[in-house]
Amino acid sequence: MEPFTILSSRTVVLPGANIDTDQIIPARFLTTTTRVGLGEHLFADWRYLPDGTPRSDFVLNGPQARGCRILVAGRNFGCGSSREHAPWALADYGFRAVISTELADIFSSNCLKNGLLPVTVDEPTSAWLIAHPGAEVTLDLTAGTLTLPTGRAVSFPLEAFARRCLLQGVDELGYLLERRHEIEAYERRA
Amino acid sequence: MARAPQTLFDKVWRAHEVSAESADSPAVLYIDLHLIHEVTSPQAFAVLRERGLTVRRPERTLATMDHSTPTLTAQVFGGTPIALDAARRQVRELEVNCAEFGVELLGLTHSQRGIVHIIGPELGLTQPGKTIVCGDSHTSTHGAVGALAFGIGTTEVGHVLATQCLLQRKPRTLAVNVSGELRAGVAAKDLILTIIGRLGVSGGTGHVIEYRGDTIRALDMDERMTVCNMSIEAGARAGMIGPDETTYRYLEGRPRSPRSAAWERAREAWRALPTDAGARFDREVELDAAAVEPMITYGTNPGMVIPIGGTIPQRSGDAAFSQALTYMGLAPGQPIRDQPVNVVFLGSCTNARLSDLRSAAGLLRGRRIAPGLRMLVVPGSQQVKREAEAEGLDRVFLEAGAEWRESGCSMCLGMNGDVVGRGEYSVSTSNRNFEGRQGSGARTLLASPLTAAACAVRGRVTDPRELM
Repeated sequence: MEPFTILSSRTVVLPGANIDTDQIIPARFLTTTTRVGLGEHLFADWRYLPDGTPRSDFVLNGPQARGCRILVAGRNFGCGSSREHAPWALADYGFRAVISTELADIFSSNCLKNGLLPVTVDEPTSAWLIAHPGAEVTLDLTAGTLTLPTGRAVSFPLEAFARRCLLQGVDELGYLLERRHEIEAYERRA
Repeated sequence: MARAPQTLFDKVWRAHEVSAESADSPAVLYIDLHLIHEVTSPQAFAVLRERGLTVRRPERTLATMDHSTPTLTAQVFGGTPIALDAARRQVRELEVNCAEFGVELLGLTHSQRGIVHIIGPELGLTQPGKTIVCGDSHTSTHGAVGALAFGIGTTEVGHVLATQCLLQRKPRTLAVNVSGELRAGVAAKDLILTIIGRLGVSGGTGHVIEYRGDTIRALDMDERMTVCNMSIEAGARAGMIGPDETTYRYLEGRPRSPRSAAWERAREAWRALPTDAGARFDREVELDAAAVEPMITYGTNPGMVIPIGGTIPQRSGDAAFSQALTYMGLAPGQPIRDQPVNVVFLGSCTNARLSDLRSAAGLLRGRRIAPGLRMLVVPGSQQVKREAEAEGLDRVFLEAGAEWRESGCSMCLGMNGDVVGRGEYSVSTSNRNFEGRQGSGARTLLASPLTAAACAVRGRVTDPRELM
C-alpha cells in the first residue's frame, strides 16, 4: 500500500445524505473476482443513462471533476452493504480521501484497508466544503488536519493504529500474523 | 468485591479478547465462526495465495453460495448451466478455493445450502456467546441468539482466514427497550422498521444494539432474527438479544448444536450471558410495542418509513428527500395506501424463514394474486423449502399465482438475474429500498411478509388487517 502523508487536491462534492454502497457500486458489478477495474462502474446508475452514455448532469462526468482526488459527501456516506467493492471502486477511480460529517462503520473500516483516508469533520466545515465544490484543500495525515483555501485548518480524528498503518503504507495482516503466539495462547486457554 | 454488572455485549467481547485495546492499538478479537460466500471471498483467497498463507482454522469456517446463485430449479439441479457467466465463474471459484484451502462448502446442490444468515442458525452453528463474522452486513442476524455477529469487508475476510482474528475498536452499546404487546397483524418486521424510523439510518453508528424488554422476550427465534437482521439499517454493525429458554429450545437437537453432556455444559455457560441487572449502556431508547402499526417504506432508505395508513411526509428544503421521492415517483402528502404494485418479493435473510412463509401463505390461501402482478417466493434455505413443501405452502403460493423458487438472496439485491424492472413498484420483504437495489430503476417498498401477501392480492399497497 502506498503511504499516505499529505494530499492536496480539488474536491468533488456529492451533497446528499445517506449515499449507500449500492449507489457507489451497484450489486450487478460484484460478480468480479478481482479488485481492479471497478472505477469504471463507480456510481454507475447516477453516472450513465440506461444505454450506457454518460449523464452530462452528473458531477463526475464534468470537466471540473477530472484529477480530483478528494470526495466530499453528505452525512452517513457509505451506509448499507459491507461490500469492499465500494472503496475499491473509489480508489480505482482515483480518489484517496472521502470527507463527510459521518461515515458508515464498515465502509470507513474498508477505506482504511485500501489507502483511502476517511475524514470526518464538523457540520460547519462540511457545509463550507459542500458550498465550495472544487475547492483546493490539503489533508495532512501527520498533523491530522484539513486545511481549507481560506487558510483555516481543522483537525480530524483518526484511530491511532489506522493512522500509523496509512502513514507507513503497511497493512494490518502483517501485524496480526506477528501476534501468532498470543493467538495460540488464547486458543489454549479458551 | 462484587464484579461490576456487565452487558451481554461486554461479556462476549471480553471473552474473545486475545489482547485488549490500548490507546495505540485496537483489540485483537478472536472469531469463533467465519461464514463465507462466493461474492466477498475470492479476493481474500487471492491474498492468501499471494502471501503463501493457509486458512488457520478451517473447522471454524463454513462456506456456502447464495448471492449470485440462480433460483430456477433447472439451473440449480437440472443440469442447465447458470445463465449468468459471471455468476457461474464466481460459484466455480468458490468451489476451487474451498477445495484448495480445506474449507467445508455447502455447494449449489447441497441439501443444507441457503442464505448464509439463514443456515447458520438452522444448522445450530450460530450459538450464544460466539463471535461470528461474514463478509456481509446482515451478519447482524446471528445476534438473535446472543452472539456478537457483524459484517466485515473482504480484506478482513482475509485476516480471519489467515489468523482467525480481527483488529477491532470496542463499539459503544445502545439498549433498545421494547415493552407491550404487538397487535394482531403487526409483525417483527413492522417493529424493526419502526425502530429504524425512530433511530434514523445512522442512529446506531458506532454502537452494538441490544434489543430488550418483554416484547422482545415474547418473540420467537425467527422474529428475533428479523429484528437483529436490520440493525445495520440503523447503522449498527451488530444487534443482540440475550439468550433464554426460547433460544435453547430453538437450538437443541440441531445438526451442529452441542449434544448430551456438551449441551448441558453449553447451556449452563449460556445462562450466564444475559446482561446483568444494573449494567450500564452508553445510550437507551424506549419503544411502546402496542403503538406499532403495519409499516411500509416510501423512500430510498429504510428510515423513510410510515404506517400503511399514513401519508408521505413533507420536508421542504431537503434536497436528498426530494430526490428520493422523485426516484420513487411519489409526492409529499400522498397516502401510501392503494399505491399500485407490480412485483411482490417474499424472500431474503430478513424474512424467508418458515414462519415468514407461513404468515404470507395464511393470507394467500384460497386467494389469487392480482392480475398482471408478479410474485416471487424464494425460501431462505433448502431446508426451509423442504419444510414449506411438507406442509403444502408451495401449493398455496403456486395456486395463488406466485412463483416458487430454490433458495438464495435473489431479488433482494438482483445479482442473479432476478430483478424488478425499471420504474416498477416492488413490495419486498427484504431489507434495503436503496435506489436500484432490486434492479436499475426499480422502486422498492419494504414491508412484512403478511403485508406483502396483502399487497399481492389487491395489487395495491394494503394494510393486511383489511384482509384478515
